[in-house]
Amino acid sequence: MTNQPVSLTVNGRERRLAVGPDVTLLDALREHLGLTGTKKGCDHGQCGACTVLADGRRINACLTLAIMQEGRNITTIEGLAGEGRLHDLQHAFIEHDAFQCGYCTPGQICSAQGLFNEKRLESHGHDLRAAIREYMSGNLCRCGAYVNIVDAIEAVYLDGDAQ
Amino acid sequence: MNPFRYERVQNIDEALQAAGQGGRFIAGGTNLLDLMKENVERPGRLVDINRLGLDQVEPLPDGGLRIGALVRNADLASHPWILERYPLLGCALMAGASPQLRNMATTGGNLMQRTRCYYFYDTATRCNKRAPGSGCGAVGGCTRIHAILGASEHCIAVHPSDMCVAMAALDATVNVAGARGRRSIPFQEFHRLPGDTPQYDNTLREGELITSVDLPAQGFASRYSYLKIRDRLSYAFALVSVAAALRLEDDGSIAEARVALGGVAHKPWRLPEAERMLAGETPSVRSFTRFADALLEGATGQGDNEFKIELACRATVRALTQAANGTPQSQVDKRIA
Repeated sequence: MTNQPVSLTVNGRERRLAVGPDVTLLDALREHLGLTGTKKGCDHGQCGACTVLADGRRINACLTLAIMQEGRNITTIEGLAGEGRLHDLQHAFIEHDAFQCGYCTPGQICSAQGLFNEKRLESHGHDLRAAIREYMSGNLCRCGAYVNIVDAIEAVYLDGDAQ
Repeated sequence: MNPFRYERVQNIDEALQAAGQGGRFIAGGTNLLDLMKENVERPGRLVDINRLGLDQVEPLPDGGLRIGALVRNADLASHPWILERYPLLGCALMAGASPQLRNMATTGGNLMQRTRCYYFYDTATRCNKRAPGSGCGAVGGCTRIHAILGASEHCIAVHPSDMCVAMAALDATVNVAGARGRRSIPFQEFHRLPGDTPQYDNTLREGELITSVDLPAQGFASRYSYLKIRDRLSYAFALVSVAAALRLEDDGSIAEARVALGGVAHKPWRLPEAERMLAGETPSVRSFTRFADALLEGATGQGDNEFKIELACRATVRALTQAANGTPQSQVDKRIA
């Protein structure tokens, strides 16, 4: 397949690529831009390890073609942290021991930031943890760190910085 | 993935022209790309329709609502008019897929999604839907997720959507554009039963494009419930789901009932004759059970899925009870009240 030009803004930087139409956003990030923080788990939209933000909304990078994302603003785990300082969610995941192997963690963190952007938790004050579990159900953790993942996300949410 | 050409179209005419030349539409891509990775779908030409607009929710003069085909599932679920007037549809959307997928998937794409039958996905097995005439691996195979109603010896797959179950109950209409003009398809005529041509999921003609879905004014916003029973509490396809909606008279008797089942057939399952039987009845477990028995009449198990017949009956009674009581099933707190 002939390569076609694709322009994306990735973590605030304009990137121009020439990729085949069959290259997923996930493969473009990992194989063409060297951004290996975004993980390939199932490659079928079932595990959430590839979660990135497109114009601030969480999506599965494995189920979209890079060329379909032309002109959009993509944020990966590499783009969440500030200069020399961890993102609040990264800090909270360490603080709450919210991972073991760490493979799902970039997707979990991008997904949690996407959840904050959606403002969906605001209407679930009385049942915040159930709401976090439901709205994080697109991210699997085969080490089973779910309880601590909910702790970390709840802590950042209640702290209010991420909203 | 097989090699393909990609093009982006800017308006409906361009889209229809590309489809006329054998192009396959792609919007969210969450189902089509997945199937392309499995070599189940092998389009030679992909037509990206994401820049067509068609992403608005607009009021209709008759008091209904028009939903653009490219409105994302997440945006539709949280749209103020859906929350206020069609909460049954909002609940069904939130019961489906994951937040990431709902951000990508579109209204039209949800209508077009294909079955999750394991045999359809596995190119090493026989499947009349994937390879017409090759036989059905599911019949006599692992059938936990398969149909109990409307199946044929050629195909026992089910339609996987939640959104469509609510739209069926709400009597939606699917608007399409094609080379021969525009037409509107009543929801119950959009998806079809497999018969001896299970390769056709729906009644769209070659090259037609879904432009919008219309909802009638009656949204059953005060008495409804979407109850989805599945193997895990979230992010799983339905074993059985029920979209139930009621309108009650002042004396508490039933004026109008709508029930559609998901996970049981090749299309959302409705039986308007049985719904009419409920009119004039007092809401009760007894009247709802009688209705559920009528709705499930003729249901046949395939082996592993025998349990779905009783499950569908009980879920129907429960969802109708929730609707009658004005206590719809929460899509966050999964305890079934």
